[in-house]
Amino acid sequence: MTPTYESYTDFKNQLLTAFRDGEERLNGESKTALHQVRRQALHSFDQLGFPTIRHEEWKYSNVNSLIKQRFTIDGTSTLTADELSSLEIPNLEGNVLYFVNGHYRPEMSHIVSPADQVQIGSLADAIKADPDGVGTHFAQYADYKDSAFTALNTALATDGVVIRVPANAHVEQPIILRFISDARVNNVASQPRNLIVVGKNAEVTMAESFRTLGEQSSFVNTVTEISLERDARMQYYKVQDETNQAYHIGTTQVHQSDNSHFYAATVTLNGNFVRNNLNIVLNGQYAEAYMNGLYMPNGRQHVDNHTLVDHAMPNSYSNELYKGILDDSGTGVFNGKIFVRPDAQKTNAYQSCKNVVLSPNATMNTKPQLEIYADDVKCSHGTTTGQLNDEALFYMQSRGIPKDAARTLLLYAFAQDVLSQIKIQPIREYLEGVVTAKLGQ
Amino acid sequence: MLSISNLQAAIGEKQILKGLDLEVKAGEVHAIMGPNGAGKSTLASVLAGRTDYEVTGGSVTFDGKDLLEMAPEERAAEGIFLAFQYPVEIPGISTTNFLKTAMNEIRKYRGEQPLDAVQFLKLMKEKMQLVNIDQSLLSRSLNEGFSGGEKKRNEIFQMAMLEPKLAILDETDSGLDIDALRIVAEGVNKLRSPERATILVTHYQRLLDYIVPDFVHVLYKGRIVKSGSKELAYELEEKGYDWIKAEVA
Repeated sequence: MTPTYESYTDFKNQLLTAFRDGEERLNGESKTALHQVRRQALHSFDQLGFPTIRHEEWKYSNVNSLIKQRFTIDGTSTLTADELSSLEIPNLEGNVLYFVNGHYRPEMSHIVSPADQVQIGSLADAIKADPDGVGTHFAQYADYKDSAFTALNTALATDGVVIRVPANAHVEQPIILRFISDARVNNVASQPRNLIVVGKNAEVTMAESFRTLGEQSSFVNTVTEISLERDARMQYYKVQDETNQAYHIGTTQVHQSDNSHFYAATVTLNGNFVRNNLNIVLNGQYAEAYMNGLYMPNGRQHVDNHTLVDHAMPNSYSNELYKGILDDSGTGVFNGKIFVRPDAQKTNAYQSCKNVVLSPNATMNTKPQLEIYADDVKCSHGTTTGQLNDEALFYMQSRGIPKDAARTLLLYAFAQDVLSQIKIQPIREYLEGVVTAKLGQ
Repeated sequence: MLSISNLQAAIGEKQILKGLDLEVKAGEVHAIMGPNGAGKSTLASVLAGRTDYEVTGGSVTFDGKDLLEMAPEERAAEGIFLAFQYPVEIPGISTTNFLKTAMNEIRKYRGEQPLDAVQFLKLMKEKMQLVNIDQSLLSRSLNEGFSGGEKKRNEIFQMAMLEPKLAILDETDSGLDIDALRIVAEGVNKLRSPERATILVTHYQRLLDYIVPDFVHVLYKGRIVKSGSKELAYELEEKGYDWIKAEVA
């Protein structure tokens, strides 16, 4: 059943029209493999439409208020480097790349790592230089046939980052992608698209940071595809601190080969409506994936984390810990799917989701899903949702710590479990600051 | 120092303390003994300010101030310390961090400057020796995964750090083997001073071999029904509580 009210078709039509308008401006490019993928993706989006809460994957996340909005989608912004200061992360060093309303801004960015360690460039440049080359990697991992938002991104994304880490390289400086929505004047929508290929036995640390500037609505529909070749290691952090007018829907799609290690932390501190999909395919023996998450919706914020770990080969390992602190009328969703394929014997998969609910109006929905088709595996999952421990509060008070301070200290310690995993110190400190401020509210 | 008069307390509908009187002066050690269910732990909890209990009558003054009007943290800052029968696990917060926060909150309450890192560490080293506690334990999350003995020793360590005027030890001997008991008792004894007072809540006489009380009180059915010197504890050890129950009845 497809809803037919006006707003639905309007936003959808706007996006479909934007694609077709863009297509008319193409010359020879329309024949490229890249464009053929885009056309298929647009077709998928057209067929799928925006998901409704009748869709099992969107049961608790209603995108109605998103698709009722109107957004400028051309990516323009008058933001200058000088105006970035309020968004800067103190002491941040490394490769820092800025994207404003989805477009790479070289004049704000700094690439410091030598090219023999890592090649970093914008997707727009890569498309210009070699559309066929991009087409062979583009949309190889993130499925656009069943996901409307991934399909939309695949069809419309024109910029983002392309990162290639050569075999055996150890990228010493972290790579930090900063996606800024400049919503000072208009409602703005962007479709960043990132592709990261980490070569054999190479190592890299990367973060994606999302911020919004201004009081208008923003919508970021982002897709990051990551491929880890054998023995590759990657630390990946997704950090969201947007406004109460910000919508974020993102997919991180990870493909791992033999003995590769992937460590992810997804930290959502602010945003009106956030949906993160983290999909990992362990397509190699002895591949390991670690997923940590922290979310703190308050006010009327909504944060939905969907994770999928697909154990496709034997002897692979996954470990997942998501933690939530929910206050006011904040809502959270955790949906963790573990899939163990028939051949994936000796799989170890662990999943845990722990939540503290501070207000009677806050809601947390958790759903672990284990689908196990092999017989020699170790899998466990557990979810807890509860209030702060009164005994612990009294114990702390009895030592002289006032109740409010005790409460903050306990919640901070709860969050630290995840924050302490973040190895980029300036980012960790920045997050600790936001968490402290938010707990003090 | 502490003056309890006709104290009555209930949990839910159930009246537990039914008119309890007790005077504790600086420098004294009082043992509160009694059979299970007499209200010993309730007394300790009410003094520390646990909100599960409702005070339904009577008064408690501490250094001339109305204790029952104070929040638990204010009582701590005024100098009351409760060593818990079951110390609570605090995930993610080390003993060191916890104590530093507690001490500086208490100092703030008293209008004193916070301790700097050097002063704090110096004090910590000194007190660690007093209760023979290991640094590695203090760096771990407070009480998390500690053995029973480690938890109790940590309570005494916290007490040593906070230097309370009145320490209330709630069944500190329960679950301790004889060696742990001796270490805990030594810590308590080293902290005895003419300015401080201690209330030992215990079911058994055993603890009193190590921490010798000035007074022993028997709590039964929510009242102190008999008081005496340390000899009373031996009598209880020998004869049990039945003769007291008979006397009261």
